[in-house]
Amino acid sequence: MAMSDYGGEGLELSSLQDLYQQVILDHYRRPRNKGPLEDATHTLTLNNPLCGDVIDLMLKLEGDRITEVHFEGKGCSISQASASMMSGLLKGRTVQDALDVMDTFTRMLHGDTDAAADTGLGDLRALAGVSKFPVRVKCALLAWDCLQELVRPETSDS
Amino acid sequence: METPDSTSVTSSHAAYDIERIRADFPILARLVHGVPLVYLDNAASSQKPYSVIQAVDAYYREIHANVHRGAHELSIRATEAYEGARDVVADHMGAASSSEIIFVRGTTEAINLVASTWGAAHVGSGDEILLTKMEHHSNLVPWQILAERVGATVRYVDVATDGSLVMEDYDRLLTSRTRLVGVTHVSNTLGVVNPVAEIATKAHDVGAVCLVDGAQATPHMQIDVGTLGCDFYAFSGHKMLAPTGIGALWGRRELLDSMPPWQGGGEMISEVRLDGFTAAPLPHKFEAGTPHVAGAIGLAEAIRYLRRIGLDAIHAWESALTTYAMERLGEIDRLEIYGPKQNRVGVISFCYADIHAHDLATILDQKGVAIRAGHHCNQPLMEHLGVDATARASIYLYNTHSEIDVLVEALGLAAHLFGVT
Repeated sequence: MAMSDYGGEGLELSSLQDLYQQVILDHYRRPRNKGPLEDATHTLTLNNPLCGDVIDLMLKLEGDRITEVHFEGKGCSISQASASMMSGLLKGRTVQDALDVMDTFTRMLHGDTDAAADTGLGDLRALAGVSKFPVRVKCALLAWDCLQELVRPETSDS
Repeated sequence: METPDSTSVTSSHAAYDIERIRADFPILARLVHGVPLVYLDNAASSQKPYSVIQAVDAYYREIHANVHRGAHELSIRATEAYEGARDVVADHMGAASSSEIIFVRGTTEAINLVASTWGAAHVGSGDEILLTKMEHHSNLVPWQILAERVGATVRYVDVATDGSLVMEDYDRLLTSRTRLVGVTHVSNTLGVVNPVAEIATKAHDVGAVCLVDGAQATPHMQIDVGTLGCDFYAFSGHKMLAPTGIGALWGRRELLDSMPPWQGGGEMISEVRLDGFTAAPLPHKFEAGTPHVAGAIGLAEAIRYLRRIGLDAIHAWESALTTYAMERLGEIDRLEIYGPKQNRVGVISFCYADIHAHDLATILDQKGVAIRAGHHCNQPLMEHLGVDATARASIYLYNTHSEIDVLVEALGLAAHLFGVT
């Protein structure tokens, strides 16, 4: 069925199409690096008590380099796709690189068009449409909140 | 299936003027994202008719002052209005006396009041509190807090796959150790109506008292606490057309009399000395501080509004609409509805294919359709059902068949976006 068959205003339908791009649904349905990481050095579970989304992030750090990223979780397509995309992008990066990616990603989610144009975000750029849905930003950031907690110097030996 | 014959719908609800009812609710005329609002989140909170908004407005414009305090005209008028509102609630609930109605912020506060006062006085180490697996967090956590404090145990009656309580499990768990049975009248997730009268009778047989969470029942059905036979009945105003921040606890007079006061302060005392105080008589003993006078007045007006239309007529309209919604949703492949087919109100929880409830809610919102997504403050029940979250559409007196059609169309859009066939 063509989108126009649903009638209504074009604006919000195109926003919805931006929000639910194929690449996002692909990460939601075929998440990368989902499952246990037996030699993880850092793990943390965060949930969103309002909606029940859960991400359990597992990192293997060697020095200041992230050599493995796995996750477990349940929740909406945005929270799960974001975790899946993150896991592929951050493998092999330094902690500082990862935090820089998070900074750019966060700015993109808040509508910064320069950030959205940064090819360093890889598949994460597909989540730019979240900026039109402010209540969903916390879904996209859940896995990243785990990352930030895990690599903070004072909590680095969790 | 066939769309309902509008003539037959009209004829079976000849006295139910849906257009006139909708016109009473100003918010229903507004647009959301450029399309008409389809408000199906009534189990979370209902919208308000003009008469309630005007009653609150008139109170503040014309008679506001503190109650039970001054000997001046406004204070006297405000006190009359506040106590008059209590009379309306008492009459509506079938209470033996207005002094059995305690005004509170809502169901949550009512249950916390009972747990903190009756519970602290009557529940001790080794005692049991019997709840069900379908209770809202507000009828779970206050009892868990009490049990932890006094060394009591909380037990939970099982829920069957159709959403009904397993009464054999209730019979098994109800013992001479049980001090209190707490049960929801209507499930906020499954819509099932529980056999409260039978539960209360059995509780009394073992010497336990029975508290009923009526938050999801009072908006939709006539309650008579005498017929139900329970000991405490808690409900919220905002789910039944009244303002937020007001609700009531009904309790049997002899129980309320025997309970220690809850919060201390003004209003709840008859005398204060440096070496102690004497609590005020019921109901003010449990109403420390300046109460939500405007809320109580709004609640009384909401009750008058519901009674003008008639709770029986509302129930008949909602039943027909619920049946229609269940049929239309039931036609959708890979859409699963939770809860019973019969003996339910129009609280319809469902999951659709692999589309997460939050994604459904976002997509439906863009079509003006307001639903709830998540665990509905019902995490143990969700775990029992084996789901993380459900979408929940909940019906009230102003919803229409065509709004259900909009819901179904919007689900079609969700299916399209997610490639669900």
